[in-house]
Amino acid sequence: MKAIPAVALLLASLASHAETPQQIRQMYVAEATSQQAGFTPAAKRGDAFFRQRFAINDKMPACTSCHTDNPLNAGEHAVTGKTIKPLAVAANPNRLSDPAKVEKWFGRNCKEVVGRACTPAEKADFVTFLSEVR
Amino acid sequence: MKSLLFLALLGSAFPALADRLPMPANAPASFTTECSSCHIAYQPALLKAADWRKLMAGLSDHFGSDATVDQKTGQEIGAFLERHAGNASRLGNAGNPPRITQTSRFIRKHDEIPAKYWRDPRVKSAANCEACHPDAARGSYSEHDISIRELRE
Ligand code: HEC
Ligand code: HEC
Ligand code: HEC
Repeated sequence: MKAIPAVALLLASLASHAETPQQIRQMYVAEATSQQAGFTPAAKRGDAFFRQRFAINDKMPACTSCHTDNPLNAGEHAVTGKTIKPLAVAANPNRLSDPAKVEKWFGRNCKEVVGRACTPAEKADFVTFLSEVR
Repeated sequence: MKSLLFLALLGSAFPALADRLPMPANAPASFTTECSSCHIAYQPALLKAADWRKLMAGLSDHFGSDATVDQKTGQEIGAFLERHAGNASRLGNAGNPPRITQTSRFIRKHDEIPAKYWRDPRVKSAANCEACHPDAARGSYSEHDISIRELRE
């Protein structure tokens, strides 16, 4: 019986974290603006970032190594071969709905591919790209 | 209580059937969320308890990936994996860091597969169970359900 209230609590806390892509973008824009006055996000820069070859990790030189060069398509993990659902919101409505999840994967993927944490501006551009690409 | 009894029955009935390794019904949600993005959520019976403990202690450098979870989640997942872990003597040594694909049991079950298939672009890695066992995530490893045609008998 103990498990049921715990599950209910978990669900309630998850539900209260559900956000829209616009809210997540706003969060990163606010952070970027505090470092760089007048910052406006651009899908075009996010697109370029997605395709840039950082080449610090030979198994995954770019974001496209796992997500393919079209974010509307399903990808494939460069090491394990596992299918990864599309990143674009237009193709996968579950994307950009959980800020903690988005932040966790930026943390992992930027470290592995870019070799450092992504900046708030890069994240703002990237989520703008994922929200708008059709 | 009834469901506990049922689980106990399930747990004792299935390990005997080598091609069915169902995910225990009480798997915490965190296990699926944290351990099924980069590969399938491997069934706990695929490694012994000591190896799961070793693996969970090294998530920050997990086969070259960062798979860290917060401490509370790590404990929850670790406890679940250890509770339902596989039989140590049947699995054999898994190496360090532990790999399912290095256990003697895995090697024995796959010893008829020609080496080139492990490097096949459709497979990529032996850890990619789904490349050959399309229902691996649901615990089905039957030799009658293999998606690579050349490997079907
Ligand atoms: C090694 C493979 C790999 C590479 C390379 C990679 N990713 Fe990912 N990414 C993943 C996986 C796996 C997930 C989570 C899977 C899922 O949710 O379906 C993910 C999820 C994400 C998410 C979460 C989106 C959401 O709301 O669910 C973002 C954002 C993201 N990646 C951005 C990037 C960026 C930016 C790069 C390049 C700097 C990158 N990824 C490179 C594997 C990769
Ligand atoms: C960020 C991606 C990522 C996440 C998250 C992740 N793993 Fe892994 N895992 C990997 C990679 C990469 C490998 C190496 C696969 C290979 O060599 O083909 C791996 C391998 C493994 C293996 C060994 C497979 C073999 O070769 O036999 C086990 C067991 C494993 N992971 C368990 C877990 C558990 C448990 C979790 C959750 C706590 C987890 N993983 C989360 C990326 C990840
Ligand atoms: C290259 C393809 C391939 C990959 C990848 C693969 N397997 Fe298999 N596996 C097979 C084949 C083929 C058989 C049947 C072998 C036989 O019976 O001769 C088999 C048999 C098995 C069996 C025994 C089933 C029985 O009837 O006794 C288990 C358990 C199993 N695999 C688990 C796994 C797990 C777990 C993974 C991932 C960590 C995996 N396999 C990855 C091809 C593969």
